[in-house]
Amino acid sequence: MKLTEKDVDNVAVLSRLSIPQEEKAKYMKQIDDFLEYGDVLQQVDTQGVEPMAHILPLKNVFRPDEVKPSLDRKLALSNAPEQEDGYFVVPQIIE
Amino acid sequence: MDLHKKSAHELHDLLVRKEIKAAEITDNYLKCIEKAQLAINAYTTVLAEKAKEQAVAVDEKIAQGEKIGFLAGIPGAIKDNICTLGIKTTCSSKILADFVPPYDASVVKKLKDASAVFLGKTNLDEFAMGGSTETSAFGTTHNPWNTNYVPGGSSGGSAAAVAAGMAAWSLGSDTGGSIRQPASYCGVVGLKPTYGRVSRYGLIAYASSLDQIGPLTRDVEDSAHLLNIIAGHDAMDSTCASEAVPDYTKSLVEDVKGLKIGLPAEYFVDGMDEDVKAAIDKAVSDYRSLGAEIVDISLPHTKYAIASYYLIACAEAATNLSRYDGVSYGARVEGDDIISMMTNTRTQKFGAEVKRRIMIGNYALSEGYYDAYYLKALKVRRLIKEDYDKAFEKVDVILAPVAPTPAYEIGSIISDPLQMYLQDICTVPLNLAGLPAISLRCGTSKGGLPIGMQLIGKAFDEPTIIKAAYTYEQGKDFYKEVAEVSK
Amino acid sequence: MSYEAVIGLEIHSELKTKTKIFCGCATGFGAEQNTHVCPVCLGLPGVLPVVNRSVVEYAIKAGLALNCTINKFSKFDRKNYYYPDLPKNFQTSQYDLPIAEHGYVDIEVGGKQKRIRITRIHMEEDAGKLVHSGTTIRDSSSSKVDYNRTGVPLIEIVSEPDMRTPEEARAYMEKIKSILEYIDVSNCKMEEGNLRADVNVSLRPVGTEKLGTKTEMKNLNSFKMIESALSYEIERQEDVLEDGGEIIQETRTWDDGRAMTVSMRSKEKAQDYRYMPEPDLVPIVLTDEDIEKFRATLPELPDARRARLVKEHGLSEYDAASLTASRAMAEYFDAAVSAGADAKLAANWIMGELSKHLNSSDMALSDSAVKAKMLAEMLGLLEKGTISSKIAKTVFEEMWQTGKNPGVIVEEKGLVQITDTKEIEAIVDKVINDNPKPVADYRGGNAKSIGFLVGQVMKQSKGKANPAMVNKLLKEKLG
Repeated sequence: MKLTEKDVDNVAVLSRLSIPQEEKAKYMKQIDDFLEYGDVLQQVDTQGVEPMAHILPLKNVFRPDEVKPSLDRKLALSNAPEQEDGYFVVPQIIE
Repeated sequence: MDLHKKSAHELHDLLVRKEIKAAEITDNYLKCIEKAQLAINAYTTVLAEKAKEQAVAVDEKIAQGEKIGFLAGIPGAIKDNICTLGIKTTCSSKILADFVPPYDASVVKKLKDASAVFLGKTNLDEFAMGGSTETSAFGTTHNPWNTNYVPGGSSGGSAAAVAAGMAAWSLGSDTGGSIRQPASYCGVVGLKPTYGRVSRYGLIAYASSLDQIGPLTRDVEDSAHLLNIIAGHDAMDSTCASEAVPDYTKSLVEDVKGLKIGLPAEYFVDGMDEDVKAAIDKAVSDYRSLGAEIVDISLPHTKYAIASYYLIACAEAATNLSRYDGVSYGARVEGDDIISMMTNTRTQKFGAEVKRRIMIGNYALSEGYYDAYYLKALKVRRLIKEDYDKAFEKVDVILAPVAPTPAYEIGSIISDPLQMYLQDICTVPLNLAGLPAISLRCGTSKGGLPIGMQLIGKAFDEPTIIKAAYTYEQGKDFYKEVAEVSK
Repeated sequence: MSYEAVIGLEIHSELKTKTKIFCGCATGFGAEQNTHVCPVCLGLPGVLPVVNRSVVEYAIKAGLALNCTINKFSKFDRKNYYYPDLPKNFQTSQYDLPIAEHGYVDIEVGGKQKRIRITRIHMEEDAGKLVHSGTTIRDSSSSKVDYNRTGVPLIEIVSEPDMRTPEEARAYMEKIKSILEYIDVSNCKMEEGNLRADVNVSLRPVGTEKLGTKTEMKNLNSFKMIESALSYEIERQEDVLEDGGEIIQETRTWDDGRAMTVSMRSKEKAQDYRYMPEPDLVPIVLTDEDIEKFRATLPELPDARRARLVKEHGLSEYDAASLTASRAMAEYFDAAVSAGADAKLAANWIMGELSKHLNSSDMALSDSAVKAKMLAEMLGLLEKGTISSKIAKTVFEEMWQTGKNPGVIVEEKGLVQITDTKEIEAIVDKVINDNPKPVADYRGGNAKSIGFLVGQVMKQSKGKANPAMVNKLLKEKLG
């Protein structure tokens, strides 16, 4: 096992997910299986190889600083789970 | 007239010759959908009324003597991860079950401009994460050739709809094979364009650096026409290429003489299904007899592709899917405070596969693991691309299986995620390299399921793969089959 | 033990582009909630960002003006954290390859010059605004979210921990503000929050090198707040250390009302931002020529301008520095001088009367009714003796109120200085007659009492008598 229960807890917090105790072992095993498999990459010599985040050699794609119409507020809020006075509403914020 | 069996170009010809009305075509398709939807579950949303209106509008144009474009009045379906203004776009997820986009994806705009008729939105693996549509929150789609089997995925709904005569064409998206594999499982033509060829604006992101929209069609000719319509630069997508768009229908010629076709040893994996192997071998010999030159090639980093792909895709997915938090759109599950609201929402509204990939992604990006996983995967990605670069110095196209097996039974491997991931060995490498590929039927399994092959091209060389696919298809007739399904 | 503070600033400055960084929504301040939003800045499913060209240009200009190296290869990254004012739950920012690095500015505190190094400048998007149901975030059962500000372009300017006192931190912030205004990339309206600083500070025993544990105060948006928060925090840390305590690494908020910093709940764990390259944006690649082109567009910056004022006009370093702190004021000065005003006189009036009026009415120089040319004209009248300096203040006040030309005001109100000896003599005689006691005092040897008499003459002449002549005449008559 590469993964500890603490790792799973930590990654669940980072993912804003809560994994019930009874499912933890299952997720742990499945993720661990994949990570074990993923270790195949460690066999590859990547010394001096640049990471490739983009496949196309594109650069300097910009748009002009011109105002475009915004959404009608009704439409902007049309999918809101909760709204009030043209605002989206969320429950108490804790840091 | 079995309208639902006709290709888009056949329907177009009938419209142009005024032998039929667009409204009749659409009505016929809506009837087919009604007949087969229960058994196939290809659609998440059917747009009967809207489709009829669109068809009538095209008939009016024709009546007024207007010249119509290829897709005008031809009914098709849109994968439900492509945003449609005012029409629910769910990604087959509970978290977006009631999400109605206030905007159209760029491809949808283009299809509207082409007066296409939208029959509805098609089912997919939740957020396109999966290869069977079994991860859809709205039930799996069934393979029209045998409803106990998966249609493939993630564009399973799009492939099944075309295969079952429930749409003349459809759009899918391909991140690691999600167009080509279901096309292969369902016996239709699936084209994954070069990364950047088609705008991604409005495609709900799974893995941004890999996602690409493409058509699923009855035949190669339709595929070329669809690509003509959806390809091209879009100012809304910074990663969309500005390369000129050729007329892909010019490639609809029978000519593979002297074409160098590479066969990559690494794609013929251990445990490959006998029927698949035989079908591919037959296709290779067919090409040889058509005058193509077959060249053995090696893509040595292929065996690292699945690990590299899943690390990159999951990392991108983890951040792309952070936005589903119940704050300003999508489902919300209440909680005492913001953190518990977000956590409850995501925990209850995401399916298991989505959660798994988000966690793998966040793990790969997290402190202490970034270099070993994510960064390493990006480096290996470059080596995989360089393999192709080298191969394409010697060959014009690469021919390979799409999947090691034909469609499998529903439920047979869904409980073993790693086993599912390993099925993607033939499709993910070229997503990592951004290359175009077309998947088309080249045989049938003993069990009566379609088997597909893929032709992989150089970046932006869709014309060559279209030509090669078209040439092959002309000698066959099995692609004309439509699975007859009824409830 | 005596301690030394080590201070670093992260300054966020909103750029004054017309549109947001990744979409075409307007950036204007004060619009109705959620009216400057679109699918892109709302982070709806499926949307993609496209970089506003002006943002990159402004960031490059800022980098050059702050003496940075512009990176020829720069890219955007995602900074992942969950917060309801951040629709995507990641901020598109720059991580390992920011647009500019390794710069500096020179500041002056207590007559001593000091160089503050700048680590980096990067571009990023601003977050939305939260309106809490209660008075503070903690006693609010819910909050309302306005995404108008989401996606407004920011540059973040990160300093090295080179400052040692709150005064230095303030001077640094003032210098940054002044330079950003000069190059016209930010409105720098601190009260609107478009220039704000995260300030971090730690203490260490004087003479040691090792950095102590630091605390951070976020979103300070006035110079005074920066100075007060730092002064308070340095004292607090000193007390803790003196008592043998330990500083906890944490974010503290500055409570302006109570004039103290307050601990926010310290996080159990440091945030793991999981930075990753932004796959939806492509790199920014620049050539030397590109960079030089931007350099050529930079205006004369405050330091150069200050040196020029000293050299060309013989102003004191102090005056020159005050005048050039804002580009608007420096340009006003130049305009007044080129309209014929005496440089020193102009400097005094701009820093004196004009600044006083601007401050007390909280107005920008551009809104002043007294234009540079008018001030120059008035100073001309003063120099010629047409008006006295006392009258000049009246004229200035009138210009400020009405925007009328000084010549017209002097004419209309009959404010021309009386230089006619006879006229003044008549008043002087009257004052001598009416004030026997001071006259006697003066004659008795109390030279000071002449001041009272001069004042009386000025009063009776309604300030118009030439003070020098009044003095002379009085002395003659009392002689």
